[in-house]
Amino acid sequence: MRTPFIIRLLSAMSRTGWIALAAFAALTLIVMPALHLWVPESSPFHVSTYVITLSGKILCYAIVALAMDLIWGYAGILSLGHGLFFALGGYVFGMYLMRQIGTDGSYQSLLPDFMVFLDWKELPWYWGVSDSFPLTLLLVLAVPALVAYVFGYFAFRSRIKGVYFSIITQALTFAAMLLFFRNETGFGGNNGFTDFKRILGHDITSPGVRVILFSLSALVLMLTLLLSRYLVTSKFGRVLAAIRDSESRVMFMGYNPLHYKLVIWALSAMLCGIAGALYVPQVGIINPSEMSPANSIEIAIWVAVGGRGTLIGPVIGAALVNLSKSYFTVAFPEYWLFFLGALFVGVTLWLPEGVVGLWKRIKARSAA
Amino acid sequence: MTRPLFVILLWLFALPAAAVPDATVLDPAVVKKLAAEDSDARIAAIQQLGSQPGAASLLQAMADDELLVSGDTVFVLDGERALDAASGAEIKPVPETYESVSVNSRVRSHLSGVLAALRLQDADRGVRLAAAQSLQGSADAELMPVLAQAMAREADAEIKAVLQLAHAQASLASPRVSDRLAAVVALADSTSPATRGLLLPLVKPGNEPDARVRAAAAKAVKAIESRLALGEMLGQVFTGLSLGSILLLAALGLAITYGVMGVINMAHGELLMVGAYATYLVQTVFRTYLPQYLDWYLLAAIPVAFAAAALVGMLLERTVIRRLYGRPLETLLATWGLSLMLIQAARVIFGAQNVEVANPVWMSGGIELMAGLVLPWNRIVIIGFALFVLALMWALMQKTRLGLFVRAVTQNRAMAGCVGVPTGRIDMLAFGLGAGIAGLGGVALSQIANVGPDMGQGYIVDSFLVVVLGGVGQLAGAAWAALGLGVVTKFLEGWSGAVLAKIMVLIIVIVFIQKRPQGLFALKGRFVEN
Repeated sequence: MRTPFIIRLLSAMSRTGWIALAAFAALTLIVMPALHLWVPESSPFHVSTYVITLSGKILCYAIVALAMDLIWGYAGILSLGHGLFFALGGYVFGMYLMRQIGTDGSYQSLLPDFMVFLDWKELPWYWGVSDSFPLTLLLVLAVPALVAYVFGYFAFRSRIKGVYFSIITQALTFAAMLLFFRNETGFGGNNGFTDFKRILGHDITSPGVRVILFSLSALVLMLTLLLSRYLVTSKFGRVLAAIRDSESRVMFMGYNPLHYKLVIWALSAMLCGIAGALYVPQVGIINPSEMSPANSIEIAIWVAVGGRGTLIGPVIGAALVNLSKSYFTVAFPEYWLFFLGALFVGVTLWLPEGVVGLWKRIKARSAA
Repeated sequence: MTRPLFVILLWLFALPAAAVPDATVLDPAVVKKLAAEDSDARIAAIQQLGSQPGAASLLQAMADDELLVSGDTVFVLDGERALDAASGAEIKPVPETYESVSVNSRVRSHLSGVLAALRLQDADRGVRLAAAQSLQGSADAELMPVLAQAMAREADAEIKAVLQLAHAQASLASPRVSDRLAAVVALADSTSPATRGLLLPLVKPGNEPDARVRAAAAKAVKAIESRLALGEMLGQVFTGLSLGSILLLAALGLAITYGVMGVINMAHGELLMVGAYATYLVQTVFRTYLPQYLDWYLLAAIPVAFAAAALVGMLLERTVIRRLYGRPLETLLATWGLSLMLIQAARVIFGAQNVEVANPVWMSGGIELMAGLVLPWNRIVIIGFALFVLALMWALMQKTRLGLFVRAVTQNRAMAGCVGVPTGRIDMLAFGLGAGIAGLGGVALSQIANVGPDMGQGYIVDSFLVVVLGGVGQLAGAAWAALGLGVVTKFLEGWSGAVLAKIMVLIIVIVFIQKRPQGLFALKGRFVEN
């Protein structure tokens, strides 16, 4: 007999897991918004705009890290091009935000400023649905997924894997970055999109909109966590892990790894796209440097620091690395790269399972 | 026959003209006419003097407004002394009032033509060449005989070629059809875009009445254009080869560390940077202590850069990479971290700005194969250097004990260890070798690209593409892939711009790997994955 879906979902996480999730939900959906909106700024309990924006940003990064973990931690495929999917989602949503500026730009034109600057008379065809919110949301999912699917189909079909795959994904995001740097591509060239004014008719910088975006990011992160949990404990997840551990053996048993890899790869890209779409309105800018190979490889270190192959690990890793980045780049800008570099080396040498693995080891030792 | 004319004839035959005191041979009557009121008279005098080589300095003085006239006396001032223009004899006393001989623009144009023609007879090769070049583009039909004479007696091939062009250009303006036709035929052998511009109007009936000349001009333009296109193509092949040789130098080190040892080294680009900064340091040392040998600092930089990069490489291998053998993805991340630290270290030590590394004098300039196609020396040297390094590596891997050990360890580490190969030391040395070769690549790069902290980042994707394309474990594959990628990139660049070319190359490589996942030169044999 099939287990009902709801029971499968409930049993996917332990009791402490559910309690932690509920606490997190209470914090991000109720406590922090309330402290930001209704506690006066003079109060020590007030949560500042800076904290809200930074946390919102980190929540988006955590979604990306989770997506990366699905593909790297559970399917053993290290992608160095996930920044591309993140940026694609961001660009699609950025197009919508650009159209929402309307005639409030510097040139008072219905076209985005950079197009006026390039002396374009009408929108290129691929901007066609950019004034429709629902269609934009659809594209946020579809564009990264489609790019990932096509690329993944060719890559996985010819069984490119391991380091080869990593390098080709890196080349992919590098090529896309070069493409988006061009003005003629129609995405604002070097400067990308910025100066957003409105989202669904509301002022994008107003506290209410900020809080909603922040809480939405938290909600999406929690849903992603649940979905991932569900996936990796399902039969699908177990086949994936088997592919990671010994692809040939899985093939000999009659499975076709292509479909499994493709599904998880496209899903991972889609999650990155959602994260990008949430990220852009909160940060207020998207430009091609998001696609630089360095950004994509940094995603991998978030996952590695937290502990790959666990689901909570990447979330913790993304938070830890990005918090220290915000701290370092202000306090010791000279040493951030040394620290980040040492993090890469140190984690791979001494913490192959990340902080979550370290925690488990400490717990096991104290129990013994 | 008067005496001056006789002397002129003598000069025409006794060539090239020797340095003879100017003034003794000039006809005072003609010289006097230089200061005539009437422009036509002055021009006539200039033309007359133009056939006398000795008149050059006098005419030059006139062109410089230094020819003076006081009443009937035409003279030049040499410091305090006044010298008679015709005889060179000193005039005493110096005339009190005088003015310079007026040279209006019509006179000046004749003057400069005649002067150039006179210089064509100069004994000094440089003067003749400069004169011939100055006539190109400004020659009119009146100069035809002068140029024809100069051509007939010129022995130097380079000057002769320039003269031929000038003569042909002058003939184009001739009223005689046969002259023009001959000129068009002569110009058809040229490779310069300027000649094409000269011939192009002749194709139209409005500019050229004679149909035969028009047809010949059309043919000549076509011939020149095809030659220009050939030159452009050769130029692209050359820059492609030069880019390829840079890629080759960057990828050769990778061919050892990744191709042979299987270590993904994302810090490889930073080893290039180490080599380039080592070059910079050697240059600084030479500037400070051995300025007289500054031109040869590059030779000293080669071993220094090799040693510096090899040292850094061995240090990385000993401390980090050694612990990660067999875990390629972790190696990738750790070496990426190392590259970040190296970049930041360079920034802290040398500053974030690019440093200046100068080309030695013997590497500047180039060989001009044809008009519009100059092969710069620095690129030629780099191509040669890349081939030299390739040969050296091949010899090292195939002919030495170290190479044998490296190949043994990569084929079967356990068995190599069993027969006594010190595998740990071999790993370190092989990695050091790959790093050192990257350092050599850095020396080459410093000559044609900016030297800065993040210079290595741009090459990492490209050099991995080379190795992937060439096939793992293959030196020949890396060489062909690098040169091929270089040439293809440059051709696509000429066709579609740099960015699209890069993207197309990436797509080509991705598609190519679909077809041949093992690269161009796959190792023959069977193996089990995982």
